[in-house]
Amino acid sequence: MAVTSPPMDLRGHEEENYLNWAYGVKSWLLTTDHKRIALLYLVSVTFFFFLGSLAAFLLRIDLMTPQGDLMTSDHYNRSFTIHGVIMVFLFLIPAIPGIFGNFLVPLMIGAKDLAFPRINLGSWYVYIISGMFIIAVVIWGGVDTGWTFYTPYSTTYANSAVVLTVLGVFLVGFSSIMTALNFIVTIHKMRAPGLTWFRLPLFIWAMYATSIIIMLGTPVLSATLILAGLERIFGIGIFNPDLGGDPVLFQHLFWFYSHPAVYIMVLPAMGVASELITCFSRKRIFDYKFIAMSSMAIALIGFLVWGHHMFVSGQSVYAGIVFSLLTFAVAIPSAIKVFNWTATLYKGTIIFRTPMFYVLGFIGLFTIGGLTGLFLGALATDVHVHDTYFVVAHFHYVMVGATVMAYLGALHFWWPKMTGRMYNEGLGILSAVIIFIGFNLTFLPQFILGYLGMPRRYHVYPPEFQALHVASTLGSTVLGIGYVLPLCYLIWSLRFGKEAGPNPWGAVGLEWTTTSPPPHENFEKTPVVTTEAYNYHPFEEEV
Amino acid sequence: MAHGESSLVAPYFKDIEQQRETNTLGMWVFLVTEVMLFGGIFLVYAVYYFNYHDAFSEAGKELNLVLASINTLVLLCSSLTMALAVYACQTDKQKMLVTFLTLTLILGAVFLGIKGFEYFEKYEHGLIPGANFHYEGEYPLQASLFFGLYFAATGLHATHMIVGGTILAIITVKAMRGFYTSVNYDTIENMGLYWHFVDIAWVFIFPLFYLIER
Repeated sequence: MAVTSPPMDLRGHEEENYLNWAYGVKSWLLTTDHKRIALLYLVSVTFFFFLGSLAAFLLRIDLMTPQGDLMTSDHYNRSFTIHGVIMVFLFLIPAIPGIFGNFLVPLMIGAKDLAFPRINLGSWYVYIISGMFIIAVVIWGGVDTGWTFYTPYSTTYANSAVVLTVLGVFLVGFSSIMTALNFIVTIHKMRAPGLTWFRLPLFIWAMYATSIIIMLGTPVLSATLILAGLERIFGIGIFNPDLGGDPVLFQHLFWFYSHPAVYIMVLPAMGVASELITCFSRKRIFDYKFIAMSSMAIALIGFLVWGHHMFVSGQSVYAGIVFSLLTFAVAIPSAIKVFNWTATLYKGTIIFRTPMFYVLGFIGLFTIGGLTGLFLGALATDVHVHDTYFVVAHFHYVMVGATVMAYLGALHFWWPKMTGRMYNEGLGILSAVIIFIGFNLTFLPQFILGYLGMPRRYHVYPPEFQALHVASTLGSTVLGIGYVLPLCYLIWSLRFGKEAGPNPWGAVGLEWTTTSPPPHENFEKTPVVTTEAYNYHPFEEEV
Repeated sequence: MAHGESSLVAPYFKDIEQQRETNTLGMWVFLVTEVMLFGGIFLVYAVYYFNYHDAFSEAGKELNLVLASINTLVLLCSSLTMALAVYACQTDKQKMLVTFLTLTLILGAVFLGIKGFEYFEKYEHGLIPGANFHYEGEYPLQASLFFGLYFAATGLHATHMIVGGTILAIITVKAMRGFYTSVNYDTIENMGLYWHFVDIAWVFIFPLFYLIER
């Protein structure tokens, strides 16, 4: 492999890559290169992440005092709604597929691009338009329904920009469908010669499973939002009990998408974990097929558990029992993954680099988040902790603890590939540690608060809860510092970072066989795959 | 021929066959999402039909069966002409291709025209929930649900017809310039798949709303 040359700066004698292949705003906004689209997603997703975080931070400051001195109750409702809407639809769902899926799926399977590059660009534009809808909602004064838009409150009583928000969420569904369709078709039809299904990297399996969920789930949400929007505008009463409609039906339809949607958020993170753990253990992954198939099992069983969100919504007890049982079943494939990652670490040649810190944090936080999910899946326990901070803590452990940790791990792992530059290792490890500590400080108190009976979405609370709320707010400050830190040193690395070279981690996988940053057409010639994935040799001398 | 073929293949595919297979799989995967989209609406309809059986069968009689039957026939014919267009493209019969694409387009427009008249009729009878609802029957509340779902389902279907028709018009113009041949017929084939899907969606809507309880 030739010595890589400076990627970002002057157009001198450097090797041609996807970043210097063409210049100008137009070459970015009209690009069909999956790698450039990934960077477009990176910038926009980061923006919305910090916007959503800002809303969360306002909530935490407000909750420092029992009577909530910062905001009125109405503003509080609008803040947590916009926090949820932005984080779920504009950050968690598009983050890993939009950035790393777009960047890596063609590279990992040895293709020149995704199957439908123009649809891929279209997905980013649709994402941006829907993001503008959401920003318009914020300027308009916000929306106060919660990100779940439960009827009939959202359709009849809410006095805020419900239709605009629903339209934004409806649109972003198109964006994820376009991405998912691209991934499914690309993985089926464009693999390099010799790359059989069971030689695929596990990140690809995770993307495939995620895409299936998106294809099957998102249209149902679209249909539901169409009906809810029509009801809001015309008052046709589909979900309004006053007019003979059934609000629980809305919840069924909503969670038919939105429960699988949590797997849309966490499956890509699991795929990232499989990549990173093998690389930094220098060991073949423990039981490849079980991990690959557990992704598919999650995609399948994940569609059969939505009713556990409605244990207290007037759903029949028998349905509740079945949903509870299926909820326990869906924990099995997740547990398989955790055990296999741990078994991969066992007797591995563990190398402590920044991405490894993130992914180890991921495993720990995901385990707590996953296990507390079983508390909620159990019928009797759920009645006690339903709609309390226990639920809030649980899904933040999965969504923020696990997914964001893995997202940042992926960012630190593939950053050298995407930009050709290394970041400061010491700061990287520091940020991983700060985030881990800050996260636990923020959300562990919320488990206790919830168990003691603090309901979610409440603006004022009894004074005896104040100590734990203050602890949580302090933790969120630490967490915020941890999130801003990578933003600074990663941007710094673009200009001043060391050159990464094609394979700074000594990782296997097709994406590491090409230069960093990769050339416009990814590979000089189409690679041929002859070995299984993760062909690491534990005691080999490393770079 | 070999040169002509290579200019049709996008640079990220290895040959035209891979490109064709990829495009067709893409359309099939897209149709899966469409099934789920219409499926969601049909599910809601099924739930309320089960709950308000009497009201729904009473309200269903307000729909214009004659016009809808004609429309079903029109749409089925358009599926036939679309299928013949695909056949014409695969066998390189250029004139036949343009003829059948144009016929499909006309039949689609006829369908939308009749549908538009039906909507107008509903407006005149005061059967549009939220706009001017004056239903005389025994269960006005539930009838409002019925008509709400009727407009949601047929409106969604009509939207698909309009989008499909627009794309079909573009394809027809390109076909007139001889763009599609027996080598790259996949666009026509995929247009056909979409058209047949929209047709099938109507084949579900028609009995659910018009024929049920007649």
